[in-house]
Amino acid sequence: MTLTLDAPLVATPLGRINPVAKLAATAVVAVGLLVTVDLVTASVVLAAELTCLPFAGVGWRFLVRRAWPLPVAAAGVAIANVVASDASSATIGAISLRLVAIALPGVVAFAATDPVDLADSLHQQLRVPARFAYGSLAALRLLPLLSVEWQTIRRARRARGIDAGRSPLGALALFASAVFGLLVAAIRRATRLAAAMESRGFDAGGPRTVARRQVVRGADWALVAASMLVVGGANALAVVLGTWHPLLW
Amino acid sequence: MSAVVQARGWGWRHAGRRGWALRGLDLTIDEGERVLLLGPSGAGKSTLFQGLAGLLRAPEAGDPEGSLHVHGHLVSGPDPRTGIVFQDPASSLVMSRIGDEVAFGLENRAVPPGRIWADVRAALSAVELHQPLSHRVEHLSGGEQQRLAVADVLAVAPRLWLLDEPTSNLDPPGAALVRHTLRQLLADRSTTVIVVEHRVDDLVELVDRVVVLEPGGGVRHDGPPAEVFCRHGASMRASGVWVPGCTALRRVPSSAPGPPVVAAAALGVRYPAAAADALCDVDLEVDAAQVTAVVGANGSGKTTLALCLASLLAPTSGAVRFLAGGPDVPYARWAPRDLVRHVGTVFQEPEHQFVAASVRAELAVGAARTKMAPEETQRRVDELLERLRLSHLAAANPFTLSGGEKRRLSVATALVTRPQLLVLDEPTFGQDARTWDELVDLLAEARDDGRAIVTVTHDEELVHALADRVVRVDAGRLVSDQDAGRLVSDQVVREEPVGDAR
Repeated sequence: MTLTLDAPLVATPLGRINPVAKLAATAVVAVGLLVTVDLVTASVVLAAELTCLPFAGVGWRFLVRRAWPLPVAAAGVAIANVVASDASSATIGAISLRLVAIALPGVVAFAATDPVDLADSLHQQLRVPARFAYGSLAALRLLPLLSVEWQTIRRARRARGIDAGRSPLGALALFASAVFGLLVAAIRRATRLAAAMESRGFDAGGPRTVARRQVVRGADWALVAASMLVVGGANALAVVLGTWHPLLW
Repeated sequence: MSAVVQARGWGWRHAGRRGWALRGLDLTIDEGERVLLLGPSGAGKSTLFQGLAGLLRAPEAGDPEGSLHVHGHLVSGPDPRTGIVFQDPASSLVMSRIGDEVAFGLENRAVPPGRIWADVRAALSAVELHQPLSHRVEHLSGGEQQRLAVADVLAVAPRLWLLDEPTSNLDPPGAALVRHTLRQLLADRSTTVIVVEHRVDDLVELVDRVVVLEPGGGVRHDGPPAEVFCRHGASMRASGVWVPGCTALRRVPSSAPGPPVVAAAALGVRYPAAAADALCDVDLEVDAAQVTAVVGANGSGKTTLALCLASLLAPTSGAVRFLAGGPDVPYARWAPRDLVRHVGTVFQEPEHQFVAASVRAELAVGAARTKMAPEETQRRVDELLERLRLSHLAAANPFTLSGGEKRRLSVATALVTRPQLLVLDEPTFGQDARTWDELVDLLAEARDDGRAIVTVTHDEELVHALADRVVRVDAGRLVSDQDAGRLVSDQVVREEPVGDAR
């Protein structure tokens, strides 16, 4: 299997939202949910998310394909808590729901953001230095190449007659030697890429222009405001209903 | 005319090395010249190239000696007037969409945003990439990616072009297109061009001056291509430099092919999430004492075929059977230790298959896995070290060897267990003429010893010198299978097959 860095939701309305705005909205949800462990806040936010997703162009098919690990992880957390802790079932439910409600916007935002747009937006809106924003972007582009390289290294070990045998220690040694091979390959590729970028004037210290303007529009502000409203409203509702329970779990 | 490049007693010693990579270089290159830079491996071509590109920084990267001026200034870093096309587009392209990729260099040079996209379009159309600007880089073929890299350079209109083996990573059709593009772009002679390339046959027409570096320092020959190659061709070839028009000797097999060693029947492979089959319905028997060359464009499925024949990839349909012994389980599920006894595989990148801390230990790996007796192992390892001129490096770490040494070692590790089948992926890639000759001799010897050899290759010269049979793969299908004795190598690799023989 090869790793791909596709962003399947780029063409949706959400895909057109400024990447930093998406990042901000995701952060608002995370912070707003981390301050409390209660069923009301978590379920209101999650319900709001699921209601809004279709309007943002995110279909159920996408959710099934990309977000299926979330309920699985939530169930895992719940089971672990039931077995290992004496927390009430409401608390366990809240912890699990909160996990899904925090992670879902992240999964969706990631799939709806082209990495190039993210780098542009980080550089232009948040003033992240180009060296960091585009350097990371270039590194990201190497990942699929390295996943192919990893496969080749594993095959080469088979060809050399090397297998782990039955001992876990052998498996560990085999894995470590393949990791070393991958590191060598990664450093070589990264060095080449850095030289190529440098030769094209990247990070030369002079002025730099931007070919793609990333702007913050009304819709971007609206997304951040809406996420604040939902999270704030959910917390307020929980306070009113008396379930609000500040706990940094 | 003013000098674009001026080296005076220039030298460079890489950090942590005792010897000089290059020293005592005196060289002047004037504006508008087209220079081909040659030299045996270790003569310092790539060091000079990096120096010209401004990628060598003292004191972190090493120590300089003498002076190197480019564009009239002492080189201190990359110069906006110098543009470089690197060898491997996959590790030199930065962005994910072709328009952004070309724009990247313009942004770095602070070109006004209003002008960038017009420049991008002009550069892309000059290299004949007519896809939309949002077309993804990974969807381009290797040759197209390299043309994109040319567009990157073209867009910033440099005065000096540095081309670092610009076609060596490409298949013959892709390489031909890149050469065509370069020839057109550089036709007006308004810029200076310096090319480093191993296999020079197709590039000689682009240049009007050849500079041959001397290992240990300085320039050995310098002059127009015809003169340099005529006068010094033989001695250059003997020292390992590729010389155009110098055809390698054909290694004629000493015996007729033996019985089949491995057979593919209705073999098909489809990678997960792929839209089409990588291989489809391939039937092929590989015979002992014969060299079978697998040719075809990049992405045609030839490496996939080789992996299946070497039991490194399980077919998704059909089967591959090993016919010369081995355990009684399906070939694709053989244990590695059984595999290494019967099959040797040489990967395109030698480092992928290195697992030991010294050259000697590396050679002993296969022997140990097959429980070869210690004295026998010792003898076999010594014999191969000697045969491949690696004896003086027996204690060295494989990763520290030169390119040619790594290649020789990787072939030796595959031969150590005397496998009946040897599978090689582009074994001659990037090798100088001396290592090339040694490899071809070694493989011919292994064949005449009765081993079946399968090699995936773009190297027409290798096909000519060694192949007894040429199998062509196109879009996952075996489209021709010919007896190489009856063919001229150029036709084999370059043109469409004449018909299905055999």
